[in-house]
Formats: sequence, C-alpha cells, structure tokens
Amino acid sequence: MAKKTIVPIGPYHPLQEEPEFFTLTVDGETVVDIDVRIGYNHRGIEKLSEMKTFDQSTFVIERICGICSTSHPFAYTRAVEDVIPMEVPERAKYIRTIIAEGERIHSHLLWLGLAGHFLGYNTVYMWAWKLREEILDVMEILSGNRNNYAMFKPGGVRRDIKEEDISPVIKKIDSIIPTLVMLKKAVMDDPVLHARTKGIGVLSKEDAINFSALGPTARASGVAKDVRKDSPYGAYDEVSWDMIVTENGDVFDKVVLRVLEVFESAKIMKRCLLNLPKGEIDANIKSIPPGEGIGHIEAPRGECFHYVRSDGTNRPARHKVRAPTFMNLPTYKATVVGETISDATIILAAIDPCYCCTERMAVRNDKGKVLYNGEDLVKLSQAKTDKIRSKLGVK
Amino acid sequence: MTREEVLNSLRERFSEDIVDIFDKSPKRVYVEIKKSALVQISTYIFRDLGARFNIASGVDLRNHMEIIYHFTIEEINLLISLRVKLTKDNLEIDSLAPIFEAANWIEREMHELLGTNFKGHPDLRRLLLPDEWPKDVYPLRCDYKEWDKNAIRDRGI
Repeated sequence: MAKKTIVPIGPYHPLQEEPEFFTLTVDGETVVDIDVRIGYNHRGIEKLSEMKTFDQSTFVIERICGICSTSHPFAYTRAVEDVIPMEVPERAKYIRTIIAEGERIHSHLLWLGLAGHFLGYNTVYMWAWKLREEILDVMEILSGNRNNYAMFKPGGVRRDIKEEDISPVIKKIDSIIPTLVMLKKAVMDDPVLHARTKGIGVLSKEDAINFSALGPTARASGVAKDVRKDSPYGAYDEVSWDMIVTENGDVFDKVVLRVLEVFESAKIMKRCLLNLPKGEIDANIKSIPPGEGIGHIEAPRGECFHYVRSDGTNRPARHKVRAPTFMNLPTYKATVVGETISDATIILAAIDPCYCCTERMAVRNDKGKVLYNGEDLVKLSQAKTDKIRSKLGVK
Repeated sequence: MTREEVLNSLRERFSEDIVDIFDKSPKRVYVEIKKSALVQISTYIFRDLGARFNIASGVDLRNHMEIIYHFTIEEINLLISLRVKLTKDNLEIDSLAPIFEAANWIEREMHELLGTNFKGHPDLRRLLLPDEWPKDVYPLRCDYKEWDKNAIRDRGI
C-alpha cells in the first residue's frame, strides 16, 4: 500500500492571506483527499445584527467583508425593502448599480493580481493592482471612501452623485480600458499560462449544479446563472450588457471569465452614469411592518443572499447572511482531488474565496508535521511555472 | 413551466403534505410543509423543477423553531421558500445533504448554532464554532446566555 502523507495548509491561506485550515492527504504528488476547517474569523455578525436597528445593521454588515463591502448592504437593503414591500426611486437604483459594478471591477482586479503573483507573474500582479487603484479613486470620488462606501440605506442611497463628477469619472474608467485589453491579451496568448492553468481543477457542470456553485465559479462551468439577468434589480434591466459564460470549468476559464467581466462592468458603470435619471435618492421609510423578506444580488463572487425577519419592532428578529463563498468553497472536494500539490493552491484560489464573508471567533491548535507552509506552497507553484517556461523556451 | 404550473404541480403532487401556500409577490412564494415530506418535496423541486438551492435559514421563535429552505428557479424568476416548523421537544429533521451537496455546510452550521439534529447527514462536525465551545450551548437560540466570563469583547462605553 502506498504511503499517504498529510499536508496542512493554513491556518492562513497561502494566497488570499485569510484564515482557514486545509488538510491535504497526498499520495506522492497527488492529492487523494482534502478537508477544510473554517471558523477562525467567525464574529457572530448574524447575532449582532439582531441587536441593532434596521438602519444600524446596514453599517455592521458592510463590515463583513472589506473587498465586497457593498454587496452585503445591497442584499440586506433589498431584503428589508422586500419585507415592506417597496421599490426605491429610479435615481437610487442607478447609483446603487454604479457602486456595485465599481466594486466588482476592483474585486476582480485584486484577484487577478493575486493569481498572477501566485503563478509567478509579478508583472500581471503589478499591472492589475495599478488599474485597481484607478477604480478605487473613482469610488473615492463617488462615495468619499476607497472601501466600505456606506452608500446604502433601506429605501435608497445616502449620498448623491454630483453632476460635475460624472465626466471625470467616465474619463478615469475609459483610461483603464487600453491597459485591460493588454492584460487580456497577456492572459489569452501566453503559452506558459495555458500550460499551467488549462484543464487544471475542472469543476464539471453536474458538480456545479450539485454544489449549487455561484457566480464566476458556476459560469466558468457553463452554468449560465447570474442574478443580475435572472432576477434583475437596480438598473441592470435598463442598460444593455452581456453575461459572460465559459464552458470548461478549469482555472484558465475562471481567469478569462473574470477579465471579461471587468469589461462588462465598466460598460454598465459608464452607461448608468450617462443615463442617470433625475429625482429623489431616498424613499424615506417610516416603519417596517412584521414579515419576512429576501434580498439576493450578484456580488463579485456570486449570489449574496440575505433573509430578514421583522416582528414589527425597529430591530430585525432574524437576519441570515449567506455569502457566495459558503457555496463555492465546498466545491474543492470536486476540483482538488486527483491534482498535484503544486496545483492545489491555485485551484483553491480560483473560486476567489472570501472567508470574512463566509464566517460571520476561534482558537485552535493542530498537531501534525509541517511539511510545507503557505510560503513554500507559493514557491512550489512558482517553480512549476518556471519549469514550464524553460521547457517551452519562453523567457 | 410557468409560475402557475409550478405552483399547481406542487399543490397536486403534495396536497397532503402542504399546510399553506403564501403567495407573497410575483418573485416570492412561501410554502409551509409537513416535516415528514421535506425530502420528497425538496428532491422534486431540486431535481425535477431544476431549481438551485440558495440556502436554509433557521430561527428560534420561543415556542417552536422554524427552518426555511430557499430554492430559486431562474427560468421563471421565482424564489420558493419551504417552511418547516419544529416543536421544541423534537428538534430532529431529515438531512438534505445526501440528495445535494449544497445542503451539507448549512446543516452543519444550523446544527451547531441552533441545536437542530439532521438525520442522515454524512458528516455532522462543527463548522464555525471553536472546539472549546461547551456542548448544549447554542448561540442563535433566544435563551442563549453568555457563558465565557473570560472572553475579551467590547462591551461599549
């Protein structure tokens, strides 16, 4: 019988620098089993939210995640509005859409940069993060903050977009497109990247459905589901844009899909800014009746789902938060087993996991011989890219 | 299948098991069902109607507990929420994890946070809570009391 070795990864993710603990069981180079332990970042936000008023909760849940900080308030405000039920003013819908898409661009670029770094492409890393900086400037112009925009409230938005800001913002968005085109070409045409990511960590369509995978993880496997198209909210049914779907479900398709989505998001942002309707930005909700409401929106990583139950007081009686990673992370069972250790980390990273979101307190010691730590695994992965590079004769 | 056809097929097939259908809005339907029929109805919705499992949410309502399973059928833009009521003396319900993997983690989460037991779940370990968390203390129950007197937390000013 072959000797099996256990490789612990964590409790920090070697790529995303977030806390979780993977246990890989390997036979030689091949991963034969994998298990994950989360909970290092559990802050009990669902419980906390029940102690705050409906307006205060918006700010608490905005702090669930620092990258997709707008998706949670977006889903939450829509859940509260579903309790009543009501629709927000047109102008507020457009402003919400603009903020959500700006966030998607910066989130995808952040991931692309990290994935590039991880594969040994530090140029991609630098370029992607430089572009991201432009978008963060845009967000600062629009909301006053680089992250945690605090734009949302039940019934509308808290801050209006000024007329004089629109043209400089559009100019900034336009300025990133040529560099994005260059990045896209770099990803699509690089033979080393192809060799490194094509056919790696394939999530089949059946598995994507069985795990109910979401967002880019599902769309890369040919599951054409996007809340923005299926159940339009905000201004997504008023401006034209395309849903990006790829078929193979491997790491390469996930990279390509995210790059292409950035273009679409830029398109949506621009069109919303140009067609921004005039009017109120807030519907001034007076009270929230007893009842239940569900809000779901397409966050950068997939569908973000909030369930709010009101008992007629000014506090939610129950607030359930389901972040996209909660559904996407378990797909590691289907994608990592059978692959090599040097590929395991890029596969685990390809779903763009976000643990802050998934967990909403913990100390744990793990016994086990440390063979590789996170840094070693990144090195292992970069070394593999170098090997392929020299084999293909690419410098 | 249109929205009406979906609702009618549910009514016809499971007339014995459905307690109440609350047609809230064009996009939302809440269906209260008997506990015993959960697996049957969920399988029908997930497999035959081609729905996606969004998530389940459990809530402690003092006299009873409620678990709501949310499914989305994208083609007709409908969110079906299956409501199951559990009495406090019997907090056991059939697990959905053997039917679709998507229910695996959320059942582990509800098991540790609310203390409901899922019959037939393949791997009912803790998901979020730490190992030193005491047994039979469930943070999302309404009678939850702070147990760790040494915990460092912000108590406000």
